[in-house]
Amino acid sequence: MGSALDVHRLHFAFTITFHYLFPQLTMGLALLIVLLKTMALRTGEEHYNRAARFWAKIFGINFALGVVTGIPMEFQFGTNWAEFSRTAGGVIGQTLAMEGIFSFFLESSFLGLFLYGERRLGRIGHWWAGFLVFLGSWMSGYLIVATDAWMQHPTGYRLLPNGEIELASFWGLLLNPWALRQYAHNMLGALQTGCFVMAAVGAFYLLTRRELLYGRTFVRAGVTVGVFAAILQLVPTGDLQGKMIAEYQPTTLAGMEGLFVSQEGAPLAILGQPDVARRKLDNPLEIPAMLSFLTYRHWQAHVRGLDAFPEDQWPDKIELLYYSYHIMVGLGTIFIAVMGLAAILLWRHKLYESRWMLWILMLSVPLPYIANTAGWLTAELGRQPWVIYGLMRTAHGASPRVVAANAWFTLLGFMGMYTVLAILWLFLVYQEIERGPEPETPAMSREVSPAATD
Amino acid sequence: MGTVWFCLVAVMVAMYVLLDGFDLGAGAIHFLVAKTDEERRQVIASIGPVWDGNEVWLLAAGGTLYFAFPMLYASGFSGFYLPLMMVLWLLILRGSAIEFRNHLDSRVWIPFWDFVFSASSLLLVVFFGAALGNVVRGVPLDETGYFFEPLWTNFRFSEHTGILDWYTVLVGVTALAALMMHGALWIRLKTSGDVGERAAKLASSAWWGVLVLTGLLTMITFAVQPQVTANFKTWPLGYILPAIAIAGLAGVQFELRRRGELNAFLASATYLLGMLTSVVFGLYPMVLPARNAAFSLTVASAKAGTYGLKVGLIWWAIGMILAAIYFVYVYRSFAGKVSTETDTDGYGH
Repeated sequence: MGSALDVHRLHFAFTITFHYLFPQLTMGLALLIVLLKTMALRTGEEHYNRAARFWAKIFGINFALGVVTGIPMEFQFGTNWAEFSRTAGGVIGQTLAMEGIFSFFLESSFLGLFLYGERRLGRIGHWWAGFLVFLGSWMSGYLIVATDAWMQHPTGYRLLPNGEIELASFWGLLLNPWALRQYAHNMLGALQTGCFVMAAVGAFYLLTRRELLYGRTFVRAGVTVGVFAAILQLVPTGDLQGKMIAEYQPTTLAGMEGLFVSQEGAPLAILGQPDVARRKLDNPLEIPAMLSFLTYRHWQAHVRGLDAFPEDQWPDKIELLYYSYHIMVGLGTIFIAVMGLAAILLWRHKLYESRWMLWILMLSVPLPYIANTAGWLTAELGRQPWVIYGLMRTAHGASPRVVAANAWFTLLGFMGMYTVLAILWLFLVYQEIERGPEPETPAMSREVSPAATD
Repeated sequence: MGTVWFCLVAVMVAMYVLLDGFDLGAGAIHFLVAKTDEERRQVIASIGPVWDGNEVWLLAAGGTLYFAFPMLYASGFSGFYLPLMMVLWLLILRGSAIEFRNHLDSRVWIPFWDFVFSASSLLLVVFFGAALGNVVRGVPLDETGYFFEPLWTNFRFSEHTGILDWYTVLVGVTALAALMMHGALWIRLKTSGDVGERAAKLASSAWWGVLVLTGLLTMITFAVQPQVTANFKTWPLGYILPAIAIAGLAGVQFELRRRGELNAFLASATYLLGMLTSVVFGLYPMVLPARNAAFSLTVASAKAGTYGLKVGLIWWAIGMILAAIYFVYVYRSFAGKVSTETDTDGYGH
């Protein structure tokens, strides 16, 4: 951890990981809030509007934290990764600038109206404000994924004799096939965070026997959307992503899977610890020939292991890459089971009384955050040793004049500041949950008084 | 094409200064114009629905700078590493303060965030001003196109400059005076009662400070950066820009006496616009001057490929039209004075 390069990498990794805790929830919640507002319009029940208002408050807190931790991201490209920016800024600056101009103006303008202008806007107008916030946040997601996708799989560029890279095709950059698939996979991940958080708050209310009507609505909404998101996360989007990696980043695939030796009928490692020095997987628990099948739809297909590539092209943190990937996939599988089971209980009208299931839903709340983080770690560690895959090495991308001491100074500063933000975040969100949604009108609360449901 | 983008980035930076300028200024004078919790709620409510949108201009301008002048982005941002990171920390603190202040009704919570809001706003203005000062005076770029400057040295008149030294701090203080006036005029426009009265008084006294500092700084700047003198000599038509600034500043005084609230604010915006365009005009075609003129980054040496700049022009224009529509809509929705009954409770709860 001595060299400036390592500190710059940790600096970006730390700030982006912390930042993404917030957008993943706001992107997921934005869609769910639009759904609640739509239900309110369709059924005419004020209950859904109150539910939407409650989630809008949680959205607001997370959005604010997303904004303040997001600003450093854009600037770090210049401050810590100057050589990368000089070389590729003409390309990735496009998508980053578009994010500001198309998404942030939209979001920031209409969020204020959505949060504080319900009376001024009226029912339809308020739905539109919510929809535009959703649109802005999902567009922002696309432009960031497109930026990352270009680093994973550069398209639409031209290499100049002086080593700089310039844009050659705008649509090539914007409609990068990698971006489309990664976006679908990523947004489902965000949606799962939204669903799990909503269902968990609902489960908390039901388990503590309060806000019963809201508790049911939240659990129902979270589980109904969540079960589809959990399945689509694996097939087709996760599967497509895996095939894409196998085709364009075979070293990444080998590292993710801990496959040191090329072989036919390669097994899929479920558990095990990659020993990079000895080039083998310790204590493996494997499904024979499964990796070959998943990658090429053929049980005996030849899969290239790390030994098929020169060592200077291997991802440089194979252990971390391997674990990130396995944690992501393992949790994704658990999500299908949890959401699937909850959905069956919901369908059979047993979910609200199944306290064990509500406990599981409530305690699952950190898991989608971990899975989303692990997924991004897989993508970014898997891209190593390249900052732009095949074109520029990470080692050549950092700022030449920013020494390790300066990078440490600011990294420690961010760590301190973000610790405070994390405490504030938990405190404020818990406070909103504790305060709860506005009470129902007397007529409705009588209908679902605790005595009636027990 | 490079010159077009030079102007467009300048327009975006100017928009940032005009818009976020008033909410930063309002923060800097928060404690001077608002004494009670209710009055402070008025100040926050007057910027609450718009501050975030205003700050987006900084991000949008940064992004545009990134793709239009990648070399400038790389060199400038890594060279100003430490002060920029501090700006980011201040932005984090300030955003948190505005958003979280009204979440809890407590005698430690609210004063704490009020202080954070005001202190971070004030420091941000000084830092932004100092940054502008550095860009105008030039930085020690070498043949690689990079530089790194210490945060400060000894504040003396010497070759050993720092990012903060007598000249850049002077620019920072001038910026503070100008935005305090700008923010006070905004608060006066948006609030009523004692807060509005105090803001009007503050704007009047800040005006004299702005006048003196602007005059002083203008003279020093001609000496510090020879390119400015050269540009005004080559294209005398450029004198129209400082004339606009002077007209704006005179307009502020005139409207303050006539008690024209909106006009005074617009005159202050005109002053800021005139000052910024004068600086930009004076630097062209340099985007980041070097002490050794041979290493200066210019529009031509820092710009990105022509295709990217052309294609950017199309979506940039579309995006700006949309943004303008949103801004007009939002500012109209929150038009008029903030009312303590509906707006202060609504914001943040």
